[in-house]
Amino acid sequence: MVAIIDYGVGNLFSLCSSLKAIGEEAVITSDVEVIKSADKLILPGVGAFGDAMEKLRTSGLDKVILSEAQKGKDIMGICLGMQMLFEKSFEYGEHKGLSLIKGSVVPMQDSIPQNLKIPHIGWNALHFKNNSKIFKYINENDCVYFVHSFYATDCEESVTATAEYGKELTASVQKGNVFGCQFHPEKSGNVGLKILKAFCEKEEN
Amino acid sequence: MITKRIIPCLDVKDGRVVKGTNFLNLTDVSSPVKLAQFYSENGADELVFYDITASSDGRKLFTDILVETANKVFIPLTVGGGINTVEDFDRVLKCGADKVSVNSGAIKNPDLVSKAAQKYGNQCVVLSADIKRVDGTFRVFAKGGRENTGMEAISWIKKCVANGAGEVVVNSIDTDGVKKGFDIEMLKAVCDAVNVPVIASGGAGSKQDFVDLFKAIPDIDAGLAASVFHFGEIAIPDLKQELKENDIIVRL
Repeated sequence: MVAIIDYGVGNLFSLCSSLKAIGEEAVITSDVEVIKSADKLILPGVGAFGDAMEKLRTSGLDKVILSEAQKGKDIMGICLGMQMLFEKSFEYGEHKGLSLIKGSVVPMQDSIPQNLKIPHIGWNALHFKNNSKIFKYINENDCVYFVHSFYATDCEESVTATAEYGKELTASVQKGNVFGCQFHPEKSGNVGLKILKAFCEKEEN
Repeated sequence: MITKRIIPCLDVKDGRVVKGTNFLNLTDVSSPVKLAQFYSENGADELVFYDITASSDGRKLFTDILVETANKVFIPLTVGGGINTVEDFDRVLKCGADKVSVNSGAIKNPDLVSKAAQKYGNQCVVLSADIKRVDGTFRVFAKGGRENTGMEAISWIKKCVANGAGEVVVNSIDTDGVKKGFDIEMLKAVCDAVNVPVIASGGAGSKQDFVDLFKAIPDIDAGLAASVFHFGEIAIPDLKQELKENDIIVRL
């Protein structure tokens, strides 16, 4: 069973139905006991980094996530949820993250050519950097769906894939049992479902 | 690099997909959920559901269809039609929409775009504009293209983008339903004016029309069409192959 951590931000409908579509039991929850009993955790997120971290801390779920991650439970952060895995973000100020992965999150507008539109929105190809079990069923250059204006940097040792958008943007990261996807697997068609299947350790037919 | 998107648009009335020519003479085509699944499995990069129902019964039917679609289709889903308030955003986002498109609602309520963008983020707010040439200028039309608002289109779009619209769908009334190609002149004017993704709509009749669109305006992000896809005149996998052969980057 996968627990989708509900801390009051974002729309978790598609994420939950995508997990059900691959035959995985999924619950949207903020219940500590349910999170502890889950086989895997997903940390979703849309909106602003500062607000989201604040909500996570206020609910006390930040500590639950950290202790579950420390026990070795697989956890996947998606989009803003991935960004929150890092040490800090410079989205409208400076905010501390969960520090599960070394690195920080910075605005795209300072580092990509001016003529490129922000947010980076649409389907872009994945370029593999380091092996990750979540890519078990997909191939180099498969496209996934991105929507973001900030990106993770100074995290070279954890980067598992990048996407080209004026520069090589961090598309996914992994450090041991902690995984992050800047893109939305739940919105990336069959490729996205295959990534979720691999994360959930389901057989691909 | 980011790929050019191909987007089928499904106009939904009383739970069925319809498509008009020049916004008139609606004809029933198919089940929205089945059509959405078909497109998702056949190369569509995104889907637009446009609710053209007026009754509250029809509106309930529409949200039921949204939920069913979002349970089966895992590509981005934009929903429009009858979006007049922030509560309308809430209603469709809860049913599985990823983006919400506003048209007449933004004309009636000038604050709608900024309020929705503040609450849900710019990436969630799509401005859809029906534009027609009147005496040599681009004018914004309301109510499904029936009413001239008198507003100049480019300044209207710029204002909405400044207020937080994260994407713009440009429907050319002049080329809609004619199937002789997209309105390159109008689309180029919009692309030159804003720095958010622009989606071309109105006029696609052949694969070549899409090639011409992306060749003529490298900045355009997506091409949207309805009947040519619904009636099988253009199969999206064939279209994407054709685009690829013309060096246009697409997701295959």
